[in-house]
Amino acid sequence: MSSLATTMNRVRFSVGDKAVVADLRKPGHVRTPDYLIGHTGEVIQFCGYFLNPEDLSIGRTSGPMVPLYRVQFRMETLWRAPQRHPDDRLCIEIYDHWLMPAIETGSDF
Amino acid sequence: MTIRTPSPSHDHHDHDHDHDHDHGGATHEHDSLVVEDEVGSLLAQQMVDALQALLIRRGILSAGEVTMEIQNLEAPGTHLGARMVARAWLDSAYKQRLLRNGKDGAAELKIKIGEAQLVVVENTPALHNVVVCTLCSCYPRSILGQPPSWYISTAYRARTVREPARVLEEFGLTLPLTTAICVHDSNADMRFLVLPMRPVGTEGMTEDELSQLVTRDSMIGVALVVTPSR
Repeated sequence: MSSLATTMNRVRFSVGDKAVVADLRKPGHVRTPDYLIGHTGEVIQFCGYFLNPEDLSIGRTSGPMVPLYRVQFRMETLWRAPQRHPDDRLCIEIYDHWLMPAIETGSDF
Repeated sequence: MTIRTPSPSHDHHDHDHDHDHDHGGATHEHDSLVVEDEVGSLLAQQMVDALQALLIRRGILSAGEVTMEIQNLEAPGTHLGARMVARAWLDSAYKQRLLRNGKDGAAELKIKIGEAQLVVVENTPALHNVVVCTLCSCYPRSILGQPPSWYISTAYRARTVREPARVLEEFGLTLPLTTAICVHDSNADMRFLVLPMRPVGTEGMTEDELSQLVTRDSMIGVALVVTPSR
């Protein structure tokens, strides 16, 4: 049944793309903090393929491998408050399945 | 397995029984929320000790292997990250390679990063970087050793993403208003090393001398590297 080769999920975002953090309401070893849910960020780096920590934490080591990106968010929009500097930002790693393409008009960046 | 929970401040009456009963119906007023044994080990530590004892008894592990593993965990220290920083200050081609791929940059100096990939972020007059892990305690242990207790504290983890400038001020670091802050919330498969700015007055210093100036806190991003006073 199962193939020996670990499958790799498709890379859906490129550097510069805007993406919204999805509200997946997943239990378990989730690496996406709540404070980002629903916020729009900009993909700044593709980090490579990694096993999903949500799977790994329950012993599923056979994949699939998921793309991981670094995404940046403007502090001003993240906390809905003026910041000391307009370029204050937050960068974080997010696995592909937690991101949705952003509708350009509603973008934070 | 039952775990004994004697209170350390228990000298008012001498007894040797388990504490899972009550005295005449009244709840023990000294029953502690934190479960400790007679040497002060917390519950999780007691469970680890019990598991380790069992594994050793069954011949799956030896005490020597456990000690060796602890030594391996504790051997890395800030001197490794500091060497990378000092080299980057002296060699701009190396710096570019380090910024492109931190793990490869470390490998060039024979420094092995086992736990994850490494992203090196450079401080400039326009941008200051600071690292936090809101979800747990992700930290570049291969090159900085074990994290300080404040790094694991819920206060640092919650506040650094919310109000980084105020957190930095509490560390004694007030940034100019012309410097933007980038907070790196490190939670997944990357680890982050801040490449601090080289302080003025360090011209002509050797790589060894420079690496002595580079502190742990400057590589987390809660401090700057300061000019040595002579």
